[in-house]
Amino acid sequence: MTPNTAQVTPAMAGPTGLSVRDRIRPDSVHGSLYTDPALFQLELERIWRRGWVYVGHESEVPRPNDFVMKSIGPEPLIMIRGKDGEIRLLHNRCPHRGNRVCMEEKGRSSVFMCPYHGWTFNTDGSLRAYPFPSGYEGVDKERFGLGQVARVESYRGFVFASLAEDGPTLAEHLGSARDSIDLLCSNSPTGEIEVTAGFLKHKVKSNWKFVAENETDGYHPSFVHGSIFQVADSGIGSLYNDKSDAVARYLGEGHSEIDLRPEFRKRGEPLSWFGTTAERLPDYVAQMEAANGVDEARRIMIDGTPHTMIFPNLFIAEIQLFVLQPTAVDETVQHVTALQFKGADDLNKRMRQQTMGSVGPAGFLLADDAEMYERTQLGAQALDPEWLFLGRGTGRERADEDGFLVGDATDETPSRGFWRHYADLMSDGAA
Amino acid sequence: MSVRDDLLLTRRIAQFLYREAEYADLHEYEEWEKLWEDDGIYWVPANGDGGDPDHEMSILYDNRSRIALRVKQLMTGRRLAQSPLSRLSRSVSNVRIVGREDDEIIVTANVLIFESHTRGEQTWGTRTEYRLRERDDDFRIVRKKVVLTNNHKALYTMAFLV
Repeated sequence: MTPNTAQVTPAMAGPTGLSVRDRIRPDSVHGSLYTDPALFQLELERIWRRGWVYVGHESEVPRPNDFVMKSIGPEPLIMIRGKDGEIRLLHNRCPHRGNRVCMEEKGRSSVFMCPYHGWTFNTDGSLRAYPFPSGYEGVDKERFGLGQVARVESYRGFVFASLAEDGPTLAEHLGSARDSIDLLCSNSPTGEIEVTAGFLKHKVKSNWKFVAENETDGYHPSFVHGSIFQVADSGIGSLYNDKSDAVARYLGEGHSEIDLRPEFRKRGEPLSWFGTTAERLPDYVAQMEAANGVDEARRIMIDGTPHTMIFPNLFIAEIQLFVLQPTAVDETVQHVTALQFKGADDLNKRMRQQTMGSVGPAGFLLADDAEMYERTQLGAQALDPEWLFLGRGTGRERADEDGFLVGDATDETPSRGFWRHYADLMSDGAA
Repeated sequence: MSVRDDLLLTRRIAQFLYREAEYADLHEYEEWEKLWEDDGIYWVPANGDGGDPDHEMSILYDNRSRIALRVKQLMTGRRLAQSPLSRLSRSVSNVRIVGREDDEIIVTANVLIFESHTRGEQTWGTRTEYRLRERDDDFRIVRKKVVLTNNHKALYTMAFLV
């Protein structure tokens, strides 16, 4: 797909007369980056329709003909496993008059029929038939399949897609974020993750970038989540203060993490990362020991799962998976579910229970995050001061042994990396 | 049960539901929490009428200790999603006794909640099912299931007591 920048580029100067690059400084960003509708359209083109985006998980469509509704930005897509076992992403739009061919959130079907004029489509998107074919003599049926997403690729069951025919490979896009997915999978006794618990859909009146940045902002929990830390001893609070040995790391390509392992290693207790103990989850521990050996299992269960934001929309939050969907410049939907480790029933139950408590529209944690997203969005619309300051920890930012930039747990290293990457993507060809 | 007894019971139950609604509207958390039995379950399903809350995500699926935690969090006064508080006004209607099971009375009602919040004004429609036990000439809640009319779509934050 060729981006049509001719229409949007002039507006990029925005109300401030600044280009995208001019609106991003090493330690601060301009408020209009979160509020400018023309910029949002350009983001859809440059980030969401050109790059790789997380769409779903293979375990959501285990059998041929299973489908589930997904999206890339505002665009609805049908993720379906074909008869051949291949997972495809089909645009939910009849090539005849543009009607929706599917109105179900999920299900199983070997054919989709457009309700408007009865055209039918196979699970690979190809046109099967149209009623009363005598009016279509000489029409090439091959031309009229459902639109199909150009590139669909999985990494360890996580399905990513790019609407662009060409561009970086998924491996190039993921880069070191693959290690986070590997780390996550290593915590499953079978090495496999399942996404089978259904999603909560939590909408916020805020730009998607405030949400994405917050995922690896280790500065806010002590304050935004102070109310729940005060009444529940979750063991999370101490990970995010100025005594914490956890680090905030920029992984490149827009990805970032809070690496909590230094804190969990200090505790040295298996499953402390999950706020529990080995005694409480004997089946899981036995499965992990059988799969990895006692010592290696212990090491994995001390380190725990990652806290990683994979640009632009997949947040692996220890026990949850968040998928960010921008629907307007000031509206974002967070799709969230409990991660499930294939075969680990006792752990999975606990992950579902904790997830339901903490996230979603009424969650002990996420309701308060959402409140901050919405108020920050209101603030970004005001223009004095025009800039948001992201300079925390600049002076102590350093390269780790692998060459990644790291800061202390509460530093804004991830946000600064996010914006450098964003500037590169958004300025391509438009300065 | 005679028609008269049935009318009286329905009336007493409606009064109880109005009282619960008022505690929730006015953020009288301690009074609200006292209405619950020790084995109470507070359930707000996602994605339809329910499904299996032990295996699928719900917006809220609190056992009694989690109800207590929810109330405690609100009572800190630092729960940002309720600071400032939502201003609320709810109407409880269509109150019907639909069944009995052991010592539990099953009651359904429609509740329409108007919320004014920093984000804006919003109406929440619900179909609600209660399981109540009679206690000392009053009632206690064993289970409250709130099916939000629009729970199949993405929802804004709702940190008040629904």
